[in-house]
Amino acid sequence: MASYLDHNATTPLDERVLEAMLPYLKGEFGNPSSVHAFGRRARAALDTAREQVAALIGAHPSQVVFTSGGTEANNTALKGLFSGPGEGAGLVVGAIEHASLLAPAAALARGGVKVQHLAVDDSGRFQMERLDELLKERPRLVSLMWANNETGVVQPMAEIAERCAEAGVLLHSDAVQAAGKLELDFLNAGPRMLSLSAHKLFGPKGAGALVLDKAVGLEPLLHGGGQERDWRGGTEALPAIVGFGKAAELALAEGRERLERVSALQERLQARLKAQLPQAVIFGEGAERLYNTLFFAVPGVESQTLIMALDREGYAVSSGAACGSHHEQPSTVLAAMGVAPELARCAVRVGLGHGNSEAEVDGFIAALKGQVDGLQRFATVGW
Amino acid sequence: MSKPIYFDYSATTPVDPRVAEAMCSYLTLEDGRFGNAASRSHYFGWQAEKGVDEARANVAALIGADPKEIVWTSGATESDNLAIKGVAQFYAKKGKHIITAKTEHKAVLDTCRHLERDGYEVTYLEPEANGLIDLGKLEAAMREDTILVSIMHVNNEIGVIQDVAAIGALCRSKKILFHVDAAQSCGKTPIDVNAMQIDLLSMSAHKIYGPKGIGALYVRRKPRVRLEAQMHGGGHERGMRSGTLATHQIVGMGEAFRIAREEMASENERIRMLRDRLWNGIKDIEETYLNGDLERRVPHNLNVSFNYVEGESLMMSLAELAVSSGSACTSASLEPSYVLRALGRPDELAHSSLRFSIGRFTTEAEIDRAIELINGAVTKLRELSPLWDMYKAGIDLNSVQWTAH
Repeated sequence: MASYLDHNATTPLDERVLEAMLPYLKGEFGNPSSVHAFGRRARAALDTAREQVAALIGAHPSQVVFTSGGTEANNTALKGLFSGPGEGAGLVVGAIEHASLLAPAAALARGGVKVQHLAVDDSGRFQMERLDELLKERPRLVSLMWANNETGVVQPMAEIAERCAEAGVLLHSDAVQAAGKLELDFLNAGPRMLSLSAHKLFGPKGAGALVLDKAVGLEPLLHGGGQERDWRGGTEALPAIVGFGKAAELALAEGRERLERVSALQERLQARLKAQLPQAVIFGEGAERLYNTLFFAVPGVESQTLIMALDREGYAVSSGAACGSHHEQPSTVLAAMGVAPELARCAVRVGLGHGNSEAEVDGFIAALKGQVDGLQRFATVGW
Repeated sequence: MSKPIYFDYSATTPVDPRVAEAMCSYLTLEDGRFGNAASRSHYFGWQAEKGVDEARANVAALIGADPKEIVWTSGATESDNLAIKGVAQFYAKKGKHIITAKTEHKAVLDTCRHLERDGYEVTYLEPEANGLIDLGKLEAAMREDTILVSIMHVNNEIGVIQDVAAIGALCRSKKILFHVDAAQSCGKTPIDVNAMQIDLLSMSAHKIYGPKGIGALYVRRKPRVRLEAQMHGGGHERGMRSGTLATHQIVGMGEAFRIAREEMASENERIRMLRDRLWNGIKDIEETYLNGDLERRVPHNLNVSFNYVEGESLMMSLAELAVSSGSACTSASLEPSYVLRALGRPDELAHSSLRFSIGRFTTEAEIDRAIELINGAVTKLRELSPLWDMYKAGIDLNSVQWTAH
């Protein structure tokens, strides 16, 4: 079996999460809206999952609205707010946001909402002075991601939240990559809305959440049925939600352990990369990054060829966001950081997980070195 | 107390063990198929994509569609939202009038209400007393600016089957798009989107032994139907619905639809036999009425009103049976069913109704037990009912002047 080093795209399900889900695939199948015993047991399982997810991010269970995933959470936050009862005009989003945020922002722009993009510096951090300027225009919403899916760069969210609060502007954050890796304290510091996804934290695909301060007036994205206390219609995806809850519980209980283990692997990866391929450029190197992410480029070695070759050698990595992997354009995140397109086309993203080993890291670097040397030999003989 | 007998297959169904098995092989590192189907650079992504493609073919096959016409969603509610809002927004310049029926699922009705707030006009057709839509009334409601007709195939509360082929033909002749909520019909009655001239069709997995949290929308390609996406993002599903594909859920839906295609004919025969057995065992209870047409109805559903018995009390006395007094989505409210009211049933009858829905795992012994319990409970509750006494004494309750206390 190949080594999976693409945990930012998705994660394998923890076996214990599968164990938790199984009863809800076999036997326990009620509809949480049904009043009979089958329904009540389903409702109880839903409540437990809500508590588990809330605990991970320091929120109150009633603030957790389950969705089908991070994309739905982001769409609900943006479109729901702008079709809701609130006041104020204009939307500010980060220039490096995930497609599931940039695309609904673009849809709002087509509908006449003034959308502005907050630039980042060359290490991928939001430009705080620019944020202050944008806040002076009193936008209705600022949406800035907590940690970037490609570079892993972590934003100073407490500081961002403070500035938004001072300006009286509502803040949403896409925390899909941050949850489970960083300590998030929803109630005390930070944004008033957060987007989460289960499958980035060893839970199943098909479950996510929008965590929100109930004072925020949102129009639901999905109408009908009145589930999730009218915030989101549709029969709840119970097995996936139960899995999300369990995954959140494990991420909370084992967060420290994972951090230590994966940080050590990442340090090893980075050190070996620098030793073996000193010409490699690490994106966001000057900034705080997620403990599992390394996004780099070997100048002159295009990643499309390279990652296919690495896959054949048994190492699964990517050139950036999975959602964009059918596009030919280089990463929009790197473009926003001012990285030249030629270098951006050489980008390779490694997303480690706590299931990875030192041997996998070493093997990956050896394979990478071998491939780079081979490809460059071709280049020098005139290919 | 041991587990009650499940008679609520219209609310949701247990996952078929074959479906659960298929799903479990797309989750963990060990199986190697947990990947993100959008990952185009490695083995794990391709494995996931392969599972998704197979499932897409299975879902398409059940409704006679091309796999390219299937868009995955999180369930029928999302499918209904996407179909109705998506068409309304895309074709707004052409017109802003939509026709639907009063007996539709809340996912359709609430979506239409939302569109009304956005400046659309919606006609809510009144069904006939048997629950079916009169084609003449539908045609009369059609206007120059009508862009969409949304009529469900099988009703979730009363199980009646609309003549969607006739409605489809009418819509096509008037160049109006036709959306069908088929959450309750997939796998229960045959669907052919071409023969029925359906342009958009909402599907759900968990009503047909697949998992909750996954559904699909059929979107016709020829002649092409356009939609404004409701979830924007990475451009999945040809731009119509973004979001990482929930591979295991999709695989589960595909397997559920494959099984449905292969077993529907024989399963329906068995379920019809059970349904007839149940109906024959209760229909002779005095003042008992079937809601909805008995013939044009899926065999899985019996919706029955027991006059002079309050539905909620009856449910309580039937604790050994898991039944509902309407759809699960509205079951928390004590309002009488809006579907039965739309049929012209008086409130008292709507209040005294129960929905029995039968499925793959229902047994003859369970039916017999249900007959026994229902007969007993209705008799007992009527013994306590002053209304029943008055009825038996020959008093016309409609003529009684009630005084307020």
